[in-house]
Amino acid sequence: MNKHITSLIFGASLALAGISAASAGTLEDVKAKGFVQCGVNPSLIGFGIADEKGEWSGIDVDFCRAVASAIFNDPTKVKFSPLNAKERFTALQSGEVDLLSRNTTWTMSRDSSLGLMFVGVTYYDGQGFMVRKSLGVSSALELSGAKVCTQTGTTTELNLADYFRSHNMPYEVVAFEKNEEVLQAYEAGRCDAYTTDASGLYAERLKLTNPDDHMILPEIISKEPLGPAVRQGDDKWFTLVKWTYFALINAEELGLTKANIDEKKSSDNPEIKRFVGAEGDFGTPIGLTSDWAYRIVKNVGNYGEIFDANVGPSTKLGIARGLNNLWSKGGIQYAPPIR
Amino acid sequence: MASSELGAASPGRRIAAILNNPAVRGAVFQVAFVAVLGWLIWDIIQNTAHNLQKANIAAGYGFLGRTAGFGIIQKFVDYTEASSYGRAVYVGLLNTLAVAGLGVVLATIIGFVVGVARLSSNWLIAQLAAIYVEVIRNIPLLLQLFFWYFAVLRSVPGMREKWSLFGLFHINIGGLHVPRPVVEDGFGWVVGAVPVAIAIAIFVARWGKERQEATGGRPPIGAINTAVIIGLPILVFFLVGRPLVFDIPLFNETGPLLRRGFQAGSGLTVIPEFVGLLLALSLYTAAYIAEIVRAGILAVSHGQTEAAHSLGLRSGQTLRLVVIPQAMRVIIPPLTNQYLNLTKNSSLAVAVAYPDLVSVGGTVLNQTGQAIEMVSIWMLFYLGLSLITSFVMNQWNKRVALIER
Repeated sequence: MNKHITSLIFGASLALAGISAASAGTLEDVKAKGFVQCGVNPSLIGFGIADEKGEWSGIDVDFCRAVASAIFNDPTKVKFSPLNAKERFTALQSGEVDLLSRNTTWTMSRDSSLGLMFVGVTYYDGQGFMVRKSLGVSSALELSGAKVCTQTGTTTELNLADYFRSHNMPYEVVAFEKNEEVLQAYEAGRCDAYTTDASGLYAERLKLTNPDDHMILPEIISKEPLGPAVRQGDDKWFTLVKWTYFALINAEELGLTKANIDEKKSSDNPEIKRFVGAEGDFGTPIGLTSDWAYRIVKNVGNYGEIFDANVGPSTKLGIARGLNNLWSKGGIQYAPPIR
Repeated sequence: MASSELGAASPGRRIAAILNNPAVRGAVFQVAFVAVLGWLIWDIIQNTAHNLQKANIAAGYGFLGRTAGFGIIQKFVDYTEASSYGRAVYVGLLNTLAVAGLGVVLATIIGFVVGVARLSSNWLIAQLAAIYVEVIRNIPLLLQLFFWYFAVLRSVPGMREKWSLFGLFHINIGGLHVPRPVVEDGFGWVVGAVPVAIAIAIFVARWGKERQEATGGRPPIGAINTAVIIGLPILVFFLVGRPLVFDIPLFNETGPLLRRGFQAGSGLTVIPEFVGLLLALSLYTAAYIAEIVRAGILAVSHGQTEAAHSLGLRSGQTLRLVVIPQAMRVIIPPLTNQYLNLTKNSSLAVAVAYPDLVSVGGTVLNQTGQAIEMVSIWMLFYLGLSLITSFVMNQWNKRVALIER
């Protein structure tokens, strides 16, 4: 009898040990398994989407590749977890992903009560509206009484409510779980307007049968700073991811690109020397090699290159740099120096 | 006496005797099992709370009192953006109850009709019923949901147009627009007349039964009671001066394009999300209920039908008075399962923007990040709903079950 109970307690404590096992540092875990597990959006053109061959592309996706390049000098050492808006935080909190890079708005409550830390803003966005041109509306202020389609489980629903309430305009919200259904319902005419982040509107408009019949209204009704987030409690990993982002910005500022970095490696500019690791060692304190930043630019390019390749004016989305330009060129992208 | 002497002789053997007693051993094992299980559950809760705290994730149900700040398209109780998260969850719960309740009624009606039709001696009717069951049962519910929702959306006129029926019922992509009854003072009398009418009906039924036993003649109880139950409230309604008006949906045909169409807040609007979800849930579940009904009817021995026919009952009467009552014994337990399935399947609502418990709860979860708390609320509500449904169905089952003497 005693034997039975002992084995039962033993088994139970084993089960509990499994639950409470604290993970070692994320960087050590990542190095041990050989890849970064990155949570991304599965269906947003320009930010995170997989093509028919399973090849991922987008700003958020490239950011994951930049982190992998800094650690492994290999942008392919990433595994992507497609996450919807509802699943994303739980996936990061539970350790299912090492890094959440999924057009996620940085807000105070997300920073303070979800156990997350945002590392920076990889894309300054704002919420906008798309309507049919035939509606004859030229401003969001004329949308009083409109039916508005959106995706549930995002900050969008709150901004929408705030905007219409503050302008004393009645409205009705039709909120779907996935953006595919939002678009279908909007196209079928269930709603007068479609609201989400402006960048998302440009991406969704491309999927409509006649994109030219629809227009995006000029008003931006909210601040949507989108950025990658990591779990709280692992400062080393947080610092590494944060400086990966700063390295992308600094590279653009220093004029380092994927194409010219090998050539500029021997430059006399001390800032570039520090960047590529020829002078000083800034990699070791964050658990990497001294050429960590060189690896990022060599493999994925600088911030501007990533922006242009995924959402810039030459892509189908055709979004101007705007706020996302460098601080020295009229935007607000700014990074502390590497020194 | 013998055992106590033995025990007095050796305390060790006395303990052994207690330990070998099967009743004592059984009790010890059960107490130990419950204790370990309780400890395990307690430890999991403690552990979760500890880990959440360590990871700086807020815990507790305090968030339910905070302002929600988002809109909900369909609400049966007062709700605005300034209401609390708790209120939003309540609105979602009522929406779930509405679609599940109506779905159960519709699915039962369609299911019984199709189930009986499948056994029809008319070849065409039986085949049509069989095709219905096979097609519906073999396509995933989510696809059917999308089909019905977008079929509804694509087939009706746009927001600035309408189809009208008798000038009272209007359909467009915004939904089904019907006059909304508005209750005025004095309507309480009409509501109060209903139980009175029912009481009279029960009295009439008793009187009819006595009369039948005494004289053999059966008075037209059905007709009298129908007249009483419908007639009395209507009579009261007119006596207190018709305390009910209708709020007619207003349709603007002129003005800026955005202002045209049905004016928000006028009349009663049944949103297409509700219609699509209701259609999909009831048609899907009806296919299963049809098979259950068929099985129930086939379970009644054919001899019963023959006996009823030889007593001179017509086919309809045989089905209604002899076959169905006996078939119900077989039908009710699996029917309960289908009701539970329908209720739980209603959580697919979020796919077509119907603001049910899961959809609204999902928004709350995302705004507050309180995943464990919100999921526990979902589980509690669905568990509660299912237990209540099972309880009611089990009571009914007890009434119709074969009572063996």
